[in-house]
Amino acid sequence: MTFADWIAEPVNWAFLAIGLAVLVCSFRVVTTNNVVHAALYLVGALAGSAGLFLLLSAEFVAWTLVLVYIGAVVVLFLFGIMITRAPTGVDEGLDGDHKVWPALLSLALFVTISWGTIDAFGTDPITTTGDPTVTEILGESLLGRFVIPFEIVGFVLLAALIGGITIARRDLTPVEEEERVSV
Amino acid sequence: MIANQFLVLAAALFSLGVYGLLVRRNIVLILLSVELMLNAVNINLVAFEAVLNTPQALGQVFAIFVITIAAAEVGVGLAIVLLIFRNRRSANVDELNLMRW
Repeated sequence: MTFADWIAEPVNWAFLAIGLAVLVCSFRVVTTNNVVHAALYLVGALAGSAGLFLLLSAEFVAWTLVLVYIGAVVVLFLFGIMITRAPTGVDEGLDGDHKVWPALLSLALFVTISWGTIDAFGTDPITTTGDPTVTEILGESLLGRFVIPFEIVGFVLLAALIGGITIARRDLTPVEEEERVSV
Repeated sequence: MIANQFLVLAAALFSLGVYGLLVRRNIVLILLSVELMLNAVNINLVAFEAVLNTPQALGQVFAIFVITIAAAEVGVGLAIVLLIFRNRRSANVDELNLMRW
């Protein structure tokens, strides 16, 4: 498949636009000097990923991503940023001193992974485009073959919830403890 | 569409996440980079599902599991960050040298 064949498919234009937006947003997440902007760029990257999932006809996963990540996780991050009173304006001290070696390492990682995938998958086509996954299949899979992992994940979420509360709550001082008992 | 366009994009996202993980000093930003890497893995899983077309939508099932675990990780991670900030008045990893000999 040549590049002309590839670009002739209209769905690939959508992929190029979304993919470019995701890349730019992710790049800004790791380079911006403003903590709040980093969280907001993460929203862009995640929304773009949801768009990619829609292109791959994975509607349920796409909307789960929007609900869980953009709806909950990013809000949690913004809470975390505000509670730790990180400087919400531009801050030059967000990065460490060494940038060249991490950049080289991640570049090498990118080259290695993409070489491996190109070598292994070549031009394997995606044939399901425009044919939505029936959510019924996903539900039967989750509550059929994968019911035990599903329950375990639920338990992990409960444990994380209780653990988060236990870790983050402030321990009472002895004086406060006494006051509480007396009331 | 071919599978590789998604896989290479996910590789780029993962590498950006690794870069952020190594460069950032602020713990919240490090957690953001981890989210980027998990998201790259999700794109891979869904792309493989679209190629293989399994009858049980296995790739999407595992993507949902990854999303769930990521949410749990953020909850606990931010609670720990909060506790560290309360005790040390700082959210920078290079100032947390309590366990260093």
